[in-house]
Amino acid sequence: MALQDKYQSLVDAANTGGATNLQVREQDGVLYINCDATGELKQQLWDLYGTLDPDYASGDLVLNINSVAGVQEGAQLRVTTNRTNLNIRKGPGTDHSIVGKAARHEVVVLVTKENDQWWVIKTKDGEQGYSYTQYLTPLA
Amino acid sequence: MKKISTSILLIAAFAAAISFNACKKKAKDADIKAAIETALKADPMAANTMVTVDKGIATITGQCKDDMCKASCEKMVAAVKGVKSVVNNCTVMPAMEPPVIVADDPLTKSVADAIKDFPGVMATVKDGIITLTGEISRDKLQKLMMGLQALHPKKVESAGLVKK
Repeated sequence: MALQDKYQSLVDAANTGGATNLQVREQDGVLYINCDATGELKQQLWDLYGTLDPDYASGDLVLNINSVAGVQEGAQLRVTTNRTNLNIRKGPGTDHSIVGKAARHEVVVLVTKENDQWWVIKTKDGEQGYSYTQYLTPLA
Repeated sequence: MKKISTSILLIAAFAAAISFNACKKKAKDADIKAAIETALKADPMAANTMVTVDKGIATITGQCKDDMCKASCEKMVAAVKGVKSVVNNCTVMPAMEPPVIVADDPLTKSVADAIKDFPGVMATVKDGIITLTGEISRDKLQKLMMGLQALHPKKVESAGLVKK
């Protein structure tokens, strides 16, 4: 119960911000919060999480916010890596070889979603393969 | 004649007393209801509940998220001054699905993918628990945690990762 109290403002903010499919469960001393939200709300909630649990150090929450649930095949995605180019790989995993690269801030097209972490994308040069979704941001 | 008029007067007085009493009861019920509503409002768990009061008997309706919430609601209402008894007609919402926790093999693989771009951070996976060691700067930590907590782990242990 205490855990739910600790993160109540996070759940409230998710509700107020318009998150959908919100699920809050506590199991074995860990609180699990899942929802779908916009990228903006996801950022807000993670910032709030950081104030409730400095440096995310307690290990008592698993926060899983999907901000790309509504992205459809054929959607345009911007490459949002920190500095480097984005690797395009043969399969869904860093153990698969690199078959191409997409430049930072380049716009690519979503071909299919393999899972939440790996999507098949295609560049304007026709290079196609698997890339890590964390570095892909849908164009609004 | 005098006797009759006295008895009429008595009856009238009695009737007046009854109706006055009923009126007082009603006002009291409304007061109790207001007091209960104030108490319920203070508890976010009871957000979807409603209450009616009749002659001091409080009836709770609406939805509670679990049995504990239902019991605490009832306790809260019973504690309000003037409540003689509580009828608890709250329904408990269906339980949410338990959290999905991925098996260690696929989790180990996806963790390796997620920490690849964070040099200096190492991870082990055991029984669904991701344990991070090494070092990271505070400005990169959020992105790392966003990635890891989306992999359906049981838990992410990261204490001491950001060096003071």
